[in-house]
Amino acid sequence: MRTEAAELVFDEATKVYPGRESAAVDHLSLTVPAGEICVLVGPSGGGKTTALKLVNRLIPLTGGDIRIDGTSILEQDVAELRRSIGYVIQQVGLFPHMTVEGNIGTVPRLYRRPRSWIKARSAELLELVGLDPSYAKRFPAQLSGGERQRVGLARALAANPPLMLMDEPFGAIDPIVRARLQDEFLRLQKEIRKTVVFVTHDVDEAIKVGDRIAILREGGRLAQYDTPQQILEHPADEFVAEFVGRDRALKALALRTLGELELSPATEDGLPRLPADTSLRDALALLVAERRNALLVIGADGAPLGVATREDLLA
Amino acid sequence: MTGWRLADGGPVIPNFGHGSECLRDNGWLCTSWVRQHWGDILQPALVQHIELTLIAVGIGFAIAFLLALVGFRWRVFDPPLGAFTDILYTIPSIALYQLLVPVTGLTVTTIEIALVSYTLFVLYRNIVAGLRAVPPEVLESARGMGLTRRQTFLRVELPLAAPAILAGLRVATVATISIATVAAFLIYYGLGGPIFDALGQPDIFRTELLASGGLAILLALSADALLALLQRALTPWSRLR
Repeated sequence: MRTEAAELVFDEATKVYPGRESAAVDHLSLTVPAGEICVLVGPSGGGKTTALKLVNRLIPLTGGDIRIDGTSILEQDVAELRRSIGYVIQQVGLFPHMTVEGNIGTVPRLYRRPRSWIKARSAELLELVGLDPSYAKRFPAQLSGGERQRVGLARALAANPPLMLMDEPFGAIDPIVRARLQDEFLRLQKEIRKTVVFVTHDVDEAIKVGDRIAILREGGRLAQYDTPQQILEHPADEFVAEFVGRDRALKALALRTLGELELSPATEDGLPRLPADTSLRDALALLVAERRNALLVIGADGAPLGVATREDLLA
Repeated sequence: MTGWRLADGGPVIPNFGHGSECLRDNGWLCTSWVRQHWGDILQPALVQHIELTLIAVGIGFAIAFLLALVGFRWRVFDPPLGAFTDILYTIPSIALYQLLVPVTGLTVTTIEIALVSYTLFVLYRNIVAGLRAVPPEVLESARGMGLTRRQTFLRVELPLAAPAILAGLRVATVATISIATVAAFLIYYGLGGPIFDALGQPDIFRTELLASGGLAILLALSADALLALLQRALTPWSRLR
């Protein structure tokens, strides 16, 4: 079992389904650095799920190659390959006849881990995904949708895989719980630093979750692969600009915080005060709402750090 | 046998024994008779009946399971196999016995062949349906986690099909217990023996009919309850959905 995060390389990866003229994934080349989240996003028919399933060979490649830490997926035993990759899907697919602990122990059992090891690992993972250890003995039918998805994530992490594939993991969950799961997933990722390929059709989720975003267009062609910031500020073409939306400037503002600005010294009294970790988008919203031109940025301890003007925010 | 009267005394038919008042009046349940003939009539018949059922359901399950594996793994075989068990099921039991007698004679084997062929229908259908009912996302996650085909079958598909399979076993067992009584049409065997005997009396021997028929009903009910308990114990998760 490898444990560190692995680098993932798509090298001209191509999938043409039998009997189809056009490719589902067309000469896709991109590198996901170890420990980063790469979000595959695009309209339906863009081949994002196909691209994801090429990695663990649920769908066989018809051309090109995919390498994990330099080793081609084609050179590995397919069952062994899949056990070394965490896999999370939208419908979760927990085994209804197994307890939460039994589900989490699925891959460790394939590695013949002893029962005591699985018990301890399951308790550890439940805590990691924010569930009480008492959940270990429950059956999937006794869990809510959000809880099931957490267990699905814990199960995928059980054998500590260096690479995680997540296919619209939060797609079937209501918006409030989804936002919380996204936040917790990002917090978790800071701890475990896996390489993650994450499929979604939701641009906002892609921007929130991704270290890098790969935008796929119809026919499985890569339209742009870049950081969220770059994609929002410098979309490669009309298609990308259209796809990320007219409000992409605002979305870009949401990615940065007041603390990242160069502030000028405070000269004026009575300015609205905002903490340094406020996003530029929220700060602008406040200025618009209060009909003001500048605000005072304060530190975590409440001490003033300096002034930011509308021009600073929009620069 | 015409003209024969209970009141005449004499134990012409051995099952009657020496009559109490209850027997002379052909009462519905003469406990003295039941006590007297538990050892030589009722108990042996009950044991034979249980044997008939266990062997028929056991062999039927083994055959149905193998057929179901084929029908499940290779879909093309499912319709013909289903139709085959269906046809066996539709043959009336007495007709089937008569068809078999020239081949296997008036033996317990003949009875078992008929009983087994009746269990196949419900068992085959239930096993295949249970295996097919596993949700696709469960199979996808099993595959995605690196379970081999064999592991997926043994650890996921089979346990998930267990409630349907056990339900099939319940129906097959209860049906076999009831059909097995008709076996006595062929030879004196199982609870059907005393039932047919009682029916063969000019006046219908009520106590024997009720005792042996009641035993068959009790056997069916207890088998059903036992399998229901087994189902609960083996698949605690299945009642949660």
